[in-house]
Amino acid sequence: MKSYTSLAEIMPQLQDGTTTCVELVKYYLKNIEAKSHLNAFLEVYEEDALKKAREVDQKIKVGTAGKLAGMVIGIKDVLSYEGKKLQAGSQILNGFEAQYNGTAVQRLLEADAIIIGRQNCDEFAMGSSNENSSFGPVLNAIDEGRVPGGSSGGSAVAVQADMCLAALGTDTGGSVRQPAAFCGIIGLKPTYSRISRFGLLAYASSFDTIGIFTKNMEDNAVILEVIAGSDAYDSTVSLEPVPEFSKKLNFAGKVKIGYIKETLENEGLNEEIKEATLKKISFLKEEGHTVEAVDFPLLDFILPTYYILTTAEASSNLSRFDGVKYGFRSFNVQNLETMYKKTRSEGFGEEVKRRIMLGTFILSASYYDAYYTKAQKVRRLIREKTYELLSQYDFIILPTTPTTAFRLGEHSSNPLEMYLADLFTVQASVAGTPAISIPNGTDKAGLPIGLQIMANDFQEENLFAFSNYLLNSNRTN
Amino acid sequence: MQIDKETIKKIAHLARLDFEEKEEKNMRKSMSDTLTWVEKLNEIDTTTVKPLIHMSHEINVLREDIAEEPLDHNRGLKNAPAKDADYFRVPKVLE
Repeated sequence: MKSYTSLAEIMPQLQDGTTTCVELVKYYLKNIEAKSHLNAFLEVYEEDALKKAREVDQKIKVGTAGKLAGMVIGIKDVLSYEGKKLQAGSQILNGFEAQYNGTAVQRLLEADAIIIGRQNCDEFAMGSSNENSSFGPVLNAIDEGRVPGGSSGGSAVAVQADMCLAALGTDTGGSVRQPAAFCGIIGLKPTYSRISRFGLLAYASSFDTIGIFTKNMEDNAVILEVIAGSDAYDSTVSLEPVPEFSKKLNFAGKVKIGYIKETLENEGLNEEIKEATLKKISFLKEEGHTVEAVDFPLLDFILPTYYILTTAEASSNLSRFDGVKYGFRSFNVQNLETMYKKTRSEGFGEEVKRRIMLGTFILSASYYDAYYTKAQKVRRLIREKTYELLSQYDFIILPTTPTTAFRLGEHSSNPLEMYLADLFTVQASVAGTPAISIPNGTDKAGLPIGLQIMANDFQEENLFAFSNYLLNSNRTN
Repeated sequence: MQIDKETIKKIAHLARLDFEEKEEKNMRKSMSDTLTWVEKLNEIDTTTVKPLIHMSHEINVLREDIAEEPLDHNRGLKNAPAKDADYFRVPKVLE
């Protein structure tokens, strides 16, 4: 069977009988098997996927198939799918079985997507290389000695290596965009609150967003229009109407684009990524768009703000894992307090413990104002300044990452070094604005480079159209 | 900010975590390094800035107050490491 890169390619073939959903699923199952050493999947739902495929094939015949018929999709191990194991790449949720469908998962199924499996990730989505998974690292299919990025590394590699057509990850500080850049695919983080978080294991609730990995813009857009929008189970989700993004991908006219000077002048930025970004800037100028350098002097303050707030929120969110209600419990204990401590100490990995400890410290009575309140204030400044830029410019462009995919183990001894991998992605996370990473060529070693495009809140429609135009320009220049 | 031995013990207790000696030493170092790094925020004057607390733009999303049973008893208990017919079981709390 040939390899497909878009639903648009698959759908007519399903309609005219050239292929079937069952054949598609079998094709992906075979690929998953052949590439199992990449460690992208924690569990493959062979039986369920084939069953759903037969159902969808039947629906296609009678003309009642949903919008995502033919879409074989994987989900990160933080999304709740009823009756399936769910453990956020952690031992503390060993044996846990989801009791309901999260909203995004439910909507995928209702639109006739076929969910093929649960994908590896950094434990509780904390990491930038997928090396923090208790199930071992995921390997980048382009160079197996390199990381795929994180935390949604399994989902990115699954799409990159043709083990499914699309995947849902989550993005708290760059966990969809950064692995998308490292793996040479598209990764979207929509506006905060665009997609319901019901059924998403919480890491940092004021940042967490579900994100989408695909190989082309139309698939990304159609998945967002299916899963986004109001939801009775999440009172923070946006009530903004959800346009049919996938039908509005044609970009026309001239726009105003800003690029952040501090990102291109950053000493950590790889020279080839800088060149690739500058090349895109020249292209846009040649095309008659207004492209201007802008200042964002707060750049170096974004990561510290992010780490104060996310560790604080994580320490609170992860307090529910106490060995009482679900998952792993250490049984070799005398009393309740030791049970809590042993369970948590044995069940959580090192990075998760570090963030719980930092968050607990930051929220402790003596330091709350100095760290937590301070970071909430700086967050306001970062958001206001980002809004200000996005009121002057239609889009902000910047590199997705300072480097291309690094080697396994390269940054694992120093947490601070690892945190810098998210230097350019955290702005949209701290501000809550939507951002997407698209492929922007490769470096001399053949490793993918990502370009990030940011737009104002709820401007996904324009973001998709403009990014699609930029993506198509890759082929022509 | 340097985290001393006493502080790390206190925070570990609050977080219901236990560390062995070597682990505790590594944790102290990485926490101290990270806290020193985030103190960069003190370079910014925020005296007149209000903390940003809510990221969602929605305000008071309400629904009719209709009682529902989202998860039945058995399924609620299903994932418990120790339970009886009605309750989660934990080690003895009172001697």
